[in-house]
Amino acid sequence: MAILVIAEHDNQSIKAATLNTVTAAGKLGGDVHMLVAGAGCSAAAEAAAKVAGVAKVLVCDAPHYETQTAENVAELVKGLAQGYSHVLAPATSAGKNMLPRVAALLDVAQISDIVAVEAPDTFVRPIYAGNALATVKSADAIKLITVRTTAFDAAGDGNAAPVEAVAAGADLGTTALVGREITKSARPELGAAKIIVSGGRGLGSGDNYHQLLEPLADKLGAALGASRAAVDAGYVPNDYQVGQTGKIVAPQLYIAIGISGAIQHLAGMKDSKVIVAINKDPEAPIFQVADYGLVGDLFQVVPELTGAV
Amino acid sequence: MKVLVPVKRVVDYNVKVRVKSDQSGVELTGVKMSINPFDEIAVEEAVRLREAGVATEVVAVSCGSGASQETLRSALAMGADRAILVETDAELQPLAVARLLQAVAGREQPQMVICGKQAIDDDANQTGQMLAALMGWPQATFASKVAVGEGVVAVTREIDGGLETLELKLPAVVTADLRLNEPRYATLPNIMKAKKKPLEVLPAAELGVDITPRLRHVRHAEPAARKGGIKVADVAELLNKLRNEAKVI
Repeated sequence: MAILVIAEHDNQSIKAATLNTVTAAGKLGGDVHMLVAGAGCSAAAEAAAKVAGVAKVLVCDAPHYETQTAENVAELVKGLAQGYSHVLAPATSAGKNMLPRVAALLDVAQISDIVAVEAPDTFVRPIYAGNALATVKSADAIKLITVRTTAFDAAGDGNAAPVEAVAAGADLGTTALVGREITKSARPELGAAKIIVSGGRGLGSGDNYHQLLEPLADKLGAALGASRAAVDAGYVPNDYQVGQTGKIVAPQLYIAIGISGAIQHLAGMKDSKVIVAINKDPEAPIFQVADYGLVGDLFQVVPELTGAV
Repeated sequence: MKVLVPVKRVVDYNVKVRVKSDQSGVELTGVKMSINPFDEIAVEEAVRLREAGVATEVVAVSCGSGASQETLRSALAMGADRAILVETDAELQPLAVARLLQAVAGREQPQMVICGKQAIDDDANQTGQMLAALMGWPQATFASKVAVGEGVVAVTREIDGGLETLELKLPAVVTADLRLNEPRYATLPNIMKAKKKPLEVLPAAELGVDITPRLRHVRHAEPAARKGGIKVADVAELLNKLRNEAKVI
């Protein structure tokens, strides 16, 4: 049977997380179809057709999918899911919001945030903030899965899959979008960045965060991240947060500056290839996971590092 | 308006869990248990709505073993009016909990259910969404602000890249994110008062709901440990290592 991937998109382009989800779908065996549900979303559908490994793109273009509310999209996916063995979405805020709703409508379990596929019915997922890995086997006829994007490579492009329109589901009309405030940033997206410069409470203030970390991030072409302490203290907006309750990242290089390394933070970054910790406390738990630790005052070390890179 | 708040008893968030040697699960004997931190935020929000005169009654509900009574008592000490324990010793997965909560909601007829966004043990992040689907209600997950109006609730949500605000028709399900509020500490007099508040125990079997686990846990493993790193003396050595040893810049 075929596999359905729910594309995350903004009606114009496909979000990067979808590409990692396609790779996970490819490990299940079976044709991979992608659903693009939106309004005026033909550009997104064309982009979906180019993704390597996709056998068919289903487009559902209707006004009530413009903001892709969980209620309406779940209703649509419920109808389509009957023809598939697996339905996958990225474990992003959109995927986590929508897919459990589909699962309950279909009366099946949902498997959250998988990091590996062992068999078409057996998956590995982290529990307890990443302190244990559980291997779970599903007996449901349709397997609904969200995919931890950092655990799978992104699918390439160069494909030309056929695009097929599908009929829209009902408009439930229970939810209306009032507004969105998206944080503007010229830097790479946190989830996809190769290098991340991340700051914690040790920075002392939002001004210090920006003055010290931005020049370093600019020189390295890095994204900026933060610990929960830095977000709660108001140094940066909450979408900078790396951790169990924020974003899960796995860059080539993660530089933790003034971050002690609480388990909730480690859950979000411990799969990074190389971790560097800069902290004045030699006993900070972050040094237990850091490949390279530098004990020192970040107010001296960071400008020196920025100057030397 | 009546508000229902599901709470879960979980391993305390400060505990570093260990996988059992037979891989059947994580070691839970003798480990400190607490109310799930996100559920604490949900209780706080419901109690604030009652204090603001928006909610008339806050009912805390938990599904699980008799030990969950202590979790419900913590919710009562924070200000919930009464509590319901749906008691079972069976393993409960999110779909089963959502079904049990559906049965409780059918009986209690709340206008709003406020859950935590996820439990810090199974990290599933499913139950609120599943309950909303089963009730046929709208949902607002990852809430950082809740404003109740006439027959509607406006909820600001934390999404990748920023925030969005939705307006939902009531009744609805809201799941609490970290920044929704700062939960209060239960004072000693309130902990004493909570012992006298009503706590109803409802055997899960009486609700006539299928709670069979759908997923089988085959095994559990410790994540691969990172190999011990080194401490460098200065910035020059750090850059040298990053360029020539790790080759990441």
